[in-house]
Amino acid sequence: MSDHEYTPKSKVGKWFNDRLPLLTLANHLTDYPTPKNLNYWWTFGGILTFCLITQIITGIVLGMHYVAHADLAFESVEHIMRDVNYGWLIRYVHANGASMFFLAVYIHIFRSLYYGSYKSPREVIWIIGMLIYFLMMATAFMGYVLPWGQMSFWGATVITNLFSAIPLVGESITNWLWGGYSVDNPTLTRFFSLHYLFPFLILGLVVLHIWALHVPGNNNPIGIDIKKPSKDTVPFHPYIVIKDAFALLIFLLIFAFFVFFSPNILGHADNYIEANPLVTPAHIVPEWYLLPFYAILRSVPDKLLGVIAMFAAIFVLVILPWLDTSKVRSTVFRPIYKQFYWFLVADVLILGYVGAMPAEGLYLLIARVATAYYFAHFLIILPFLGMKEKTIPLPLSITEPVLGGSTDMAMARNNSDFKDKL
Amino acid sequence: MKIFLKLTFLFVIISSLILSRANAAGEQQELLKVDWSFKSFFGKFDRASLQRGYQVYTEVCASCHSLKHLSYRNLAEKGGPEFTELEAKAIASNFEVTDGPNSDGEMFERPAKLSDKFVMPYANVQEAIAANGGAYPPDMSVLVKARKGGANYIYSVLMGYDEPPAGMELDDGVYYNKYMYGNKIKMSSPLDDDIVEYADGTKATVDQMAKDVTTFLQWTAEPHLESRHKLGFRVIIYLSVLTILVYFSMKKIWSRIETKV
Repeated sequence: MSDHEYTPKSKVGKWFNDRLPLLTLANHLTDYPTPKNLNYWWTFGGILTFCLITQIITGIVLGMHYVAHADLAFESVEHIMRDVNYGWLIRYVHANGASMFFLAVYIHIFRSLYYGSYKSPREVIWIIGMLIYFLMMATAFMGYVLPWGQMSFWGATVITNLFSAIPLVGESITNWLWGGYSVDNPTLTRFFSLHYLFPFLILGLVVLHIWALHVPGNNNPIGIDIKKPSKDTVPFHPYIVIKDAFALLIFLLIFAFFVFFSPNILGHADNYIEANPLVTPAHIVPEWYLLPFYAILRSVPDKLLGVIAMFAAIFVLVILPWLDTSKVRSTVFRPIYKQFYWFLVADVLILGYVGAMPAEGLYLLIARVATAYYFAHFLIILPFLGMKEKTIPLPLSITEPVLGGSTDMAMARNNSDFKDKL
Repeated sequence: MKIFLKLTFLFVIISSLILSRANAAGEQQELLKVDWSFKSFFGKFDRASLQRGYQVYTEVCASCHSLKHLSYRNLAEKGGPEFTELEAKAIASNFEVTDGPNSDGEMFERPAKLSDKFVMPYANVQEAIAANGGAYPPDMSVLVKARKGGANYIYSVLMGYDEPPAGMELDDGVYYNKYMYGNKIKMSSPLDDDIVEYADGTKATVDQMAKDVTTFLQWTAEPHLESRHKLGFRVIIYLSVLTILVYFSMKKIWSRIETKV
């Protein structure tokens, strides 16, 4: 943590701080030296914290009015929408908030991929982040089940059925998850209970995520190690705080647009039909943020292998710090990786698209190629590229390229390059 | 500011990805489009149309379709058809509800009050299915939100009854509809010219009734639509002003050091 010792000015403050160093912590957080060249892609950490808190607060209020029972859940949601004061607002913020949360987390993850933030010495931050992402998906999935509409019910049926692919014990595990022989009231009540629990686990992991971040400090757009504090850093407060606030407000404008003017566009119409175990919807699709994984799942003809592929798609991300062999962090200095990076972005978007389409014909073929490429990117391209790629020379500090004065011509040339790129 | 162009670009890509899902399901005839008064940024309901729509619902739809999430008091609430409280009471008193048990332990019938839920046409789902040749007439409370295409879809189905194309065999009690999923519907065309007599003298054409009842159903699905639009406008204004203020504060703070923000 902070290198310098901090002593509160007031006597009471000192007395308290000696017993519980909260003021030292607060001081560390405000003084925290942050690279001054962080761009707006770095504001999503703050935005995500805001999203989590919003989801927890709106969720707690919804929980006061929601009834977790197969016969009453749908009605209680309508009760919230109609009769609870501003219930419609709270629910729409919560429902769209989940989508905005994922939008932000995807940008956050892809920022990390672009600037190599997962590399040494930040592997633990990355792994905790992946755990958070995994818990987020589980939480969102269970939350989507709670209104007990058609997509809730059938989504839950499809996803929980995946576990039945496990050899020998699959059937028993599925029944254990359901609390019966099909998705029913016991499933709903346990999903509600876990949906309430998981956000607090996420909150705990977020604290660890930030703690782990504050040990090495932030990565930055040129990805070099910097001295802290130095000419290359600014104190977190007020510089980063105000910048994060500005970015958050832009984010909130988009958020508000969804909540107030098209609150249902991100959901599926079928979820306004009460769950009916006897009627299967024409297309069962998960929420948009799970579509790439859904595409991977369906692209494998064998059920068990499909499930393995889906979980492997997340697991390759967890071990990414060791798959990427390049010592250079930022893509700015990796011309070939940069191209592959954008291929990966396109690949994931394509997976998301075909995940929403019926798994047949051309869509299935595209899904298979895209799935293969996804794994190839992490398991083949990244390890080899790191060894072969000729990278652009790195500057020595953040201030140096900006101020110029370098005798190295290559560096001076790059200088104008990354002014554009950052 | 280049970053915002990028962000917007990303936003457009992702939203088009999401919207593309809307076209995922099967080939279907393009829906009829109506310029609904409630659609735009400041969209509000046409009060008279809501009241006429309620009339169409009670006189035509209500014999089969329930509105189980609505209460009679909703008819007098702000942002809805806004019947006066007296009118809403009079409407409610036309319906009989079962109440009780009374002090003798007996259930009894009484006229409905404002606080009562809309009376259901059938006692339960099974009865509804049995009475309608095996097809359940769906509850209409959130029907508009439960169908892709929303209000346009409901309107299109009401207007979509036609002769089946040559070679299409229809069973008894099944009707052809251009816009219905699979083109087969078990509800016969519910609207005919002058099937209701509007109190305000509006001519009750099929098109007019379809529009009115769709407007009404949009309200039953989204009773707080008007206050949502109103609050949304204020929130956007507030956030915009705050964003501008914070932007200049940020510029000012960052001007203390050489780095641009």
